[in-house]
Amino acid sequence: MPLTASIGEATINGLAYIGGLARLTGGAASAVFIEPLRGRQFRFSRAVHQAMAIGVEALPIVSLISFFVGTILALQGAYELRTLGALQLVASAVAISMTRELGPLMTAIVIIGRSGSSFAAEIGTMKVNEEIDALETMALEPVNFLVAPKFLAMILMAPLLTTWADFMGVLGGALFGVSNAGFTLGTYFTATLKALVLRDIVTGLIKSVMFGIVITAVGCQEGFLTGLGSEQVGRSTTSAVVKSIFLVVIVDLIFTAIFYFTAPR
Amino acid sequence: MTTDLTPKSESSPETAEVAIDVKNLRVKYGEREILHGINFEINAGETLVILGGSGSGKSTLLRTLVGLELPSSGELWIRGQNFGALSEEKRDEIRKKVGMSFQGGALFGSLSVGDNVALPLREHTRLDESTIEIVVRLKLDQVGLSGFENYMPAQLSGGMKKRAAIARALAMDPEILFFDEPSAGLDPIIAAGLDELILKLKKAFRMTIVVVTHELASAYLIADRMILLDKGVIVANGTVAELRASQQPRVRQFLDRVPEPEISEELDYLQMLTGETPPLRR
Repeated sequence: MPLTASIGEATINGLAYIGGLARLTGGAASAVFIEPLRGRQFRFSRAVHQAMAIGVEALPIVSLISFFVGTILALQGAYELRTLGALQLVASAVAISMTRELGPLMTAIVIIGRSGSSFAAEIGTMKVNEEIDALETMALEPVNFLVAPKFLAMILMAPLLTTWADFMGVLGGALFGVSNAGFTLGTYFTATLKALVLRDIVTGLIKSVMFGIVITAVGCQEGFLTGLGSEQVGRSTTSAVVKSIFLVVIVDLIFTAIFYFTAPR
Repeated sequence: MTTDLTPKSESSPETAEVAIDVKNLRVKYGEREILHGINFEINAGETLVILGGSGSGKSTLLRTLVGLELPSSGELWIRGQNFGALSEEKRDEIRKKVGMSFQGGALFGSLSVGDNVALPLREHTRLDESTIEIVVRLKLDQVGLSGFENYMPAQLSGGMKKRAAIARALAMDPEILFFDEPSAGLDPIIAAGLDELILKLKKAFRMTIVVVTHELASAYLIADRMILLDKGVIVANGTVAELRASQQPRVRQFLDRVPEPEISEELDYLQMLTGETPPLRR
């Protein structure tokens, strides 16, 4: 196949995939927000169960990772700031980097590894065992039943986890600040709060919700697209993680451009 | 490809006796047509066994009958309604009156047996929990799995999984029950037990039952009528006695277990199974 045809085919397939994600997200959002208004009840108990798995069980690893990322940021920042005689700015550097970018992004990476892969594996295994078919024959729409609870749980848990990650990152920066940059815990936190603008926090949280939606859609989509056979479930899971990471970074680029390039200061 | 799904009225005049009516059904996967114009009827209260070898299209036929596949042309009338012409909501109403038992059971691995059976009740009815518990116990009792409510599917043997799947299919008191290869993978004694169960359901509830299988012994036992599917067309349709007496070569070959002549070329083997001429011959 000539190169132009390959590029064309890949583009069309990519757009079709994104279209599939949009349809899945639309169906899930409808099941959560619109259908209850039409009388079709939404089972919150399933969403609560998912929220436990996505959010609560991720706290330990999110805490550790964010803490160390905060410390790393402080180390890197201090290295340069010291030469400029501006070491006291290290608290603001950590605060702004965590809330705007690294809090949402690192949290998304953790969620991809834990939940994105798990969604794909769970739904993929159900597909292989004909459980998705069984749901359809029982007049239980798989998107309503399987995807919608994950969707609701994710849009609540992603920003909460990100907020926690931001806090832990600041704490990690404080570790460096207190030990090597002449801060006390008090002065470090004061400097942090002074540097933080609501816009940084809110844009970070909006990004985290967008990341969460992408991760849920890709994980579930890969699950539904699983071929027959247990080897295919492994393939779907890998594909879900790789595609999620890629799409999360793209979404990050888009929203960062919207918030910090096109919008007025 | 012209389709035959003209918007006729949804109800057919002769609804009383016929549970399922299939007219000129054609089903395609992508470009390949699997079923080439299927016609048959199933009367209410009857047990129909669909026989066929690998590649005959019987799984596709079953999937189309339960609404998992949509026909490319032709009509499927269930309970007097044209399934293809209905809205999604009306189709769901029919799905609630139909039960399906899948080949591997297809029990939801994350739910206990009791929760599996209760699921359709919890989702589709407003029954309170205590009533649902009673119904679940009843259904499990009917299939011989009393007391197994709290077991997880992974803890059950193959035969028990199938029984649990049947209990789940029975939860909403369906009018039509479908079975996909009920005896597959089971030893003869367990398979005989399942045949007994199907017969019991037939007598006790006078359900319409459709079974897809290639196990002849089971078929002879449970069927009122049998259909033999070969390469996407029906080659025989009649009572057990009629089929056993038939002199048609394909019927005799299937019922007498005569093996196909040895074929070593892949393309030839595929052609034998599906009856298609491959596009390229080596």
